[in-house]
Amino acid sequence: MVSFRGRNIVSIRDMSHNDLTKVVETTELVKRGESSGFLKGKTIATLFFEPSTRTRLSFESAVLKSGGSVFGIANPKASSESKGESFADSIRTVSGYCDVIVIRHPVEGAARMASELSSTPVINAGDGANQHPTQTFLDLFTMKESFGRLDNLKIGMMGDLKYGRTVHSLANALAMFSNELIFISPPSLQMPGHILKELDDGNIRYRNIADLEEAGDYDLDILYVTRIQKERFGDPQEYEKVAGIYRITQETINMLGKDIRVMHPLPRVDEIAEEVDSMPNAIYFTQAHNGIPTRQALLGLVTGGLD
Amino acid sequence: MARTYKVYSIENGTVIDHIPTPLALKVIRILGLGNEGIMTIGIGFNSEKHPRGKDILKIENRELSHEETNKIALIAPDATINIIKNGKVEEKRQITLPSEVRDILSCPNPNCATNKLGAGKRFLLENKDTVTYRCVYCERATVVNADMLTPK
Repeated sequence: MVSFRGRNIVSIRDMSHNDLTKVVETTELVKRGESSGFLKGKTIATLFFEPSTRTRLSFESAVLKSGGSVFGIANPKASSESKGESFADSIRTVSGYCDVIVIRHPVEGAARMASELSSTPVINAGDGANQHPTQTFLDLFTMKESFGRLDNLKIGMMGDLKYGRTVHSLANALAMFSNELIFISPPSLQMPGHILKELDDGNIRYRNIADLEEAGDYDLDILYVTRIQKERFGDPQEYEKVAGIYRITQETINMLGKDIRVMHPLPRVDEIAEEVDSMPNAIYFTQAHNGIPTRQALLGLVTGGLD
Repeated sequence: MARTYKVYSIENGTVIDHIPTPLALKVIRILGLGNEGIMTIGIGFNSEKHPRGKDILKIENRELSHEETNKIALIAPDATINIIKNGKVEEKRQITLPSEVRDILSCPNPNCATNKLGAGKRFLLENKDTVTYRCVYCERATVVNADMLTPK
């Protein structure tokens, strides 16, 4: 049986098929209200070396809902790091104050480094452009909740697939199950070759397309939308053109199929029109709310409060 | 015109041949060799395998371990190793890429914890055909090149 007690949650690359299944199943129990108070007597530190209000509040809410207590830093300027204390010393010290460290840091690999220095488990809440594993877990849980399964799904991923860490981790995770992936992006923002190579190695069926209308031919179960950032384009006119093409409206949903579910890691800008929010297809707010039971489950598993 | 190698033969030690020119000095760096007795370096010999020439390195009175010689594969996968004892070739050794590399390669990602926070340098072998290694920290995979060698 998979045990998470004492384990670090740093990267989806460390996870097996059984690990992912275990986290999703535990999240189901938590969301159904079958487990409560499992963090009683536990103290969680949230160390946010770069601001991310949404993720921090979601972790803090998860701790409080599970009966634990939480302290931390929300602003790097308030930490002793700004007084010159090394990152390593900060982690070694704080790990003696708590049962789990939740860390967000702008440097890639900071969470891995923290996990090697800390005497208590470390959960990565985002390290630069590298990993954000709890986002991937909540994405998987939301898919399972909507379809009752995590395999044999046709999943479209749309937007900035080149730089978006969310879609990279999600593609890696979905590759452990048997799914078909359709990547929809402008040619300049396609899924990087190293991710496609990993999908090839895992015999995962995928396709790259540039035309959103073509996605209508695939009878997608899920469309996972991500934001295309303006700063990726040298020419603002080029950005406007691309942003206009990859925009989801009620009309697009009808073209893609009436049963399609639309997901988004949020925050969105204008890649999904507000008129879509009221459609039953839109599950991105449910997805965001699923961050709470997912993080509760992970905290419960690494502290041993949940098995 | 054929010419005799002007690199002295050694009585005991390790001979590394077929290093592509001009990587002999980088091989010394990878091996972390310093003041360890006599070393002879030959650069730019004719070679069928290496059109730009090959380098030869002879390290006297030091038998390198497999772990040490495998590191050479990072930049010179075709290099050959001969262990010499009493003037004779005691062992002809093939080299294979190490599955894990510590402290030899630097991550080219400037925003990696190894470059920003002082994490130790560690890479895991990702693809041996392309000599690609993945940084344990920032998780980026890179095809190894001599520029990634950590300065001593």
